[in-house]
Amino acid sequence: MNRRLLLVSVASATLFAAASAARAAEPIRIGSFLSVTGPASFLGDPEKRTLELYVGKINAAGGVLGRKLELVVYDDGGDANNARTFATRLVESDKVVAVVGGTTTATTMAAVPVLEEAQIPFISLAGGIEIVEPVKPFTFKTPHTDKMACEKIFADVKKRGLSKVGLVSSTAGFGASMRNQCLKVAAAHGIEIVADERYAPGDTDTTPQLNKIKGSGAQVIVNADFGQGPAIVTRNVKQLGLELPLYQSHGVASKSFIDLAGPAAEGVRLPAAAMLVAEQLPDDDPQKKVVLDYKTTYESTQNQPVSTFGGHAYDGLMLLVRAIEKAGSTDGVKIRDALRATKGFVGTGGIVNMSATDHMGLDLSAFRMLEIRGGTWKLLY
Amino acid sequence: MAELVQLLFAGLTTGAVYALVALGFTLIFQASEVVNFAQGEFVMLGGMVTVFAYQAGLPLPLAALLAVLVAVATGVLLHRLAIEPAKGATVVTLIIVTIGASILIRGLAQLVFDKQFHALPAFSGDAPLRLLGAAILPQSLWVLGGAAAIVFGLWLFMERTLLGKAVRATAANRLAAELVGIDTRLVLALAFAVSAAIGAVGGILVTPITLTSYAVGTLLALKGFAAAMLGGIGNPVGAVAGGLLLGLLEAFAAGWISSTYKDGVAFLVILLVLFALPHGLLGRRAVERV
Repeated sequence: MNRRLLLVSVASATLFAAASAARAAEPIRIGSFLSVTGPASFLGDPEKRTLELYVGKINAAGGVLGRKLELVVYDDGGDANNARTFATRLVESDKVVAVVGGTTTATTMAAVPVLEEAQIPFISLAGGIEIVEPVKPFTFKTPHTDKMACEKIFADVKKRGLSKVGLVSSTAGFGASMRNQCLKVAAAHGIEIVADERYAPGDTDTTPQLNKIKGSGAQVIVNADFGQGPAIVTRNVKQLGLELPLYQSHGVASKSFIDLAGPAAEGVRLPAAAMLVAEQLPDDDPQKKVVLDYKTTYESTQNQPVSTFGGHAYDGLMLLVRAIEKAGSTDGVKIRDALRATKGFVGTGGIVNMSATDHMGLDLSAFRMLEIRGGTWKLLY
Repeated sequence: MAELVQLLFAGLTTGAVYALVALGFTLIFQASEVVNFAQGEFVMLGGMVTVFAYQAGLPLPLAALLAVLVAVATGVLLHRLAIEPAKGATVVTLIIVTIGASILIRGLAQLVFDKQFHALPAFSGDAPLRLLGAAILPQSLWVLGGAAAIVFGLWLFMERTLLGKAVRATAANRLAAELVGIDTRLVLALAFAVSAAIGAVGGILVTPITLTSYAVGTLLALKGFAAAMLGGIGNPVGAVAGGLLLGLLEAFAAGWISSTYKDGVAFLVILLVLFALPHGLLGRRAVERV
């Protein structure tokens, strides 16, 4: 070997070593697409804040596998087409190892084919049950499903010795999906749906629909929707003087619902995550510490009240970080396997036990039944 | 009977807002042949500015006045910065300009205010009034009364004041109006200002019932436009009739036919009306002079 060749090979070896050292310190890229603006912004905004807040905290504590996390967030504005475009960008140009995002069921479902094909683990923050049923190899979700909400509500209705339900739902995404789930599980819970009324998103008056429910012999009213619709329904129920118990879904689980519905919200029941009643949880509740920690951290840094939606993002990020650490790698398949093996993870949404057939891992105990009393949430059980 | 009255008031209250938006469309269309799709944003500004001014501690009437002023300023700026420079452009271009302006206003509102829904306290309490077995919110009467007062005030202005006559003259024939010394630019700016004020008042009146957010304008603009078409675009009486009718159609379709298809039913009726009467219920036939 002549001298010159030796020099070249030494130089290239040095270069190679330098390059791999750089790779070791390279951050782990986590992608996200959220509806930070648009109609679902009240979900997407706290989700984004939470991801940024906790990625910062994790990095300050030394990162994951000795590497920093790098978060790439896109705002899809609630538009499923945008969500798909951003998912493609996350895969192809940002080369992320995993995705935590998807504020709504529609945006999530638009991105699923892209991420599944690229074999990138995807933890969705949306409620729809179709995200994990049937199970898709790389798709997970953290929030409770609308089906669980129906089951929890129906169980409570039965507990009161009632069985005739008047359903009123929005024709859009979440409301439509929850309505279908409620219709599907009603019979199994001994519930008879005696009225099935609907309203369009953005409708400002639901008295015609409620008037029909009034004449249907319903014993309770169940409203499936999120945003301003439930506030209008709640006010209209009061306006019409309907003395029937009113159930809302976990979609209204934020303080703004109580503000919007005003005194009419008194006595409304809803299934919701432990977050809303963090202080009221008994001390031996395994979720109490996690939920209180998140609440304190969020409220002290963001100057706004905590919501369960940001909690879904917290759960998603923590599940992912745990899985990456357990897998000891950023390989998609290995992270996926580690996610599937999640057992006993205590999140803000509940205690998560995943399996190859359950990519959400929550059961009905994750939902608490709350009632609005004196303008605030009261934990019933 | 109780159901009929209930649906009637539900329809009239919703319809009154559509009527005010349609009236705004009509005014601007009359003066300039522009279909102003930013009309819904005036309603949004009325509600949102009042909510935030009220939260900031202003008494409700003052907050409402401020909201009307903000909307009027927005209307005048819209005319000055977007419509006036595009003078002479085709009607389609002008419509696209107004759609762009509505997106801009909505975006700014999202930044200046926030993305949440907001409510205002009802002007005279939340306790519903009982009428023939139906429950009616006092606020509904505010909406209906307010809308009636606006329509009457507008009629007075148009029929009894010189400025109102100038607006009508410009609507009838712009060139002739200019020849007799009417400042048509001022008239146009006035049309935008009055439209904005009407929209804002509507927004203030309904917010206690319907809640408001930065995004409520889009849907209202669509519904208001449909109402204006139904009544016959360019005819103020038609706009009011179209608005009330659309509200009633929606309420009765939801109550008697199917709440799932209520919007479909309403729009089907509009289509049928327009098939039979292409110029709307009260629209005048466009005459092409040669």
